[in-house]
Amino acid sequence: MNISTPLTEEVVRQLKVGDAVEITGVVVTGRDAVHKYLAKGGELPPGVSLTGSIIYHCGPVVFKDEAGNWKVTAAGPTTSIREEPYQGDIIKKFGVRAVIGKGGMGDRTLAACQEAGAVYLHAIGGAAQVLAEHITKVRNVYFLEKFGSPEAIWELDVVKFPAVVTMDAHGNSLHKEVLAHSQAELAKRV
Amino acid sequence: MNTWQDSLIELIRRTSAEIPDDVQRAILAALEREKKGTIAESAMKIIEHNIALAKQKSQPICQDTGSVLFYVDSPAGFDQISFTEAARNAVKLATQKGYLRQNSVDSLTGKNDGTNLGPGAPTIHFHQHKEAAVSVRLMLKGGGCENVGAQYSLPDETIKADRDMAGCRKAILDAVLQAQGKGCGPGVLGVCIGGDRATGYEFSKIQFLRTLDDRNPNPELDKLEQDILNTANELGIGPMGFGGKTTLLGVKICAANRVPASFFVSISYMCWAYRRHGARLDATGKIMDWLY
Ligand code: SF4
Repeated sequence: MNISTPLTEEVVRQLKVGDAVEITGVVVTGRDAVHKYLAKGGELPPGVSLTGSIIYHCGPVVFKDEAGNWKVTAAGPTTSIREEPYQGDIIKKFGVRAVIGKGGMGDRTLAACQEAGAVYLHAIGGAAQVLAEHITKVRNVYFLEKFGSPEAIWELDVVKFPAVVTMDAHGNSLHKEVLAHSQAELAKRV
Repeated sequence: MNTWQDSLIELIRRTSAEIPDDVQRAILAALEREKKGTIAESAMKIIEHNIALAKQKSQPICQDTGSVLFYVDSPAGFDQISFTEAARNAVKLATQKGYLRQNSVDSLTGKNDGTNLGPGAPTIHFHQHKEAAVSVRLMLKGGGCENVGAQYSLPDETIKADRDMAGCRKAILDAVLQAQGKGCGPGVLGVCIGGDRATGYEFSKIQFLRTLDDRNPNPELDKLEQDILNTANELGIGPMGFGGKTTLLGVKICAANRVPASFFVSISYMCWAYRRHGARLDATGKIMDWLY
């Protein structure tokens, strides 16, 4: 399924756990420093809005080419669960519609997704080269000085960026389902 | 020492950008096995494409280029001090060339000086052997998969594991369950039964130097390896934990003696981005041939 930004609540509520999506539009990166900063009352840089946005848990490897343009050379997801203390509040406060990462998130984020209308999208961990190919342009970077390159907010153009809905806006989590299923299967075998 | 340094840089490049053939074959088999049209299949397709792209571009397969671990087998009289110096230079230069990410952080200050050098970085294990050539194996061990490794001390009441083979089996399968897809599965387990807390993990990692299609010469361990592999793949955890048929690509187990008071089972997890290569070098440091 193709989805594009800005995401609306209507589109997000249609997505179900297990759906493969391809994202076209803009995603913004944010990891530990950004999440902590925003959750503790920090303000977004002027001109940046997260309404209808997609936050990508990623510290990209970015180079400046000879012409002075930024180029992303590797951009795989980082482990999302570290943002669990902050994610739910940030989704609600800023109107974020989707989060991309790996490994899934916990009950607080799941509840916020259901309440506010947002989803968790799982990218393929380790697929740095393939995912970088789907990033066509660096639009902007914020907090580069303040947080350093991997932790900065990178605003990226993406085309058909592949991910899977593993937590939807209806309280379902593929991570919970697979854990319960595998637990039951293991119990039969030990 | 420049020949040594150049050879080691090439070993690092190749390890970072090119998956070994045995792992490639296991990944292709896993892709075939997954049901068509599932998210497990599409995850394996992206993984397979990523491997091809990294090789073609000579770029890191995964952006986490991991802990840099060298395993060196050398003849008597080999100059380990000079080798260590060449290896450190090679790591620094490979980082400048982008084969390795600036990936090494001072644990006390949190500083990353961008060289990938520091206490324990890189780690070099030396062993003596009877051949004249020097065999250097390199493993780049990612952090996400390292985090899902586990060490059990038997008996373990929470998983009802006694001090016997059945108990070891329970511990290893529990580690698979706890890991789910979080170590970027499908992964490979390296296991050591016995040893102490340090050697247990050390030997578990050395198992990753074996090729995925080899068989354990010890019939009891061979049976356990096959059993864990088949059982884990029946649990339905699947690639990335999306559900599916391939949870593990391989299981490699060794045993080490223990003291009567301890019984550890140490499990290391290697992600699909299984980066391991090796080369045989002559006395001048020139690469004679590749080991994988
Ligand atoms: S676990 Fe492996 S594939 Fe996943 S991010 Fe870490 S190094 Fe890369």
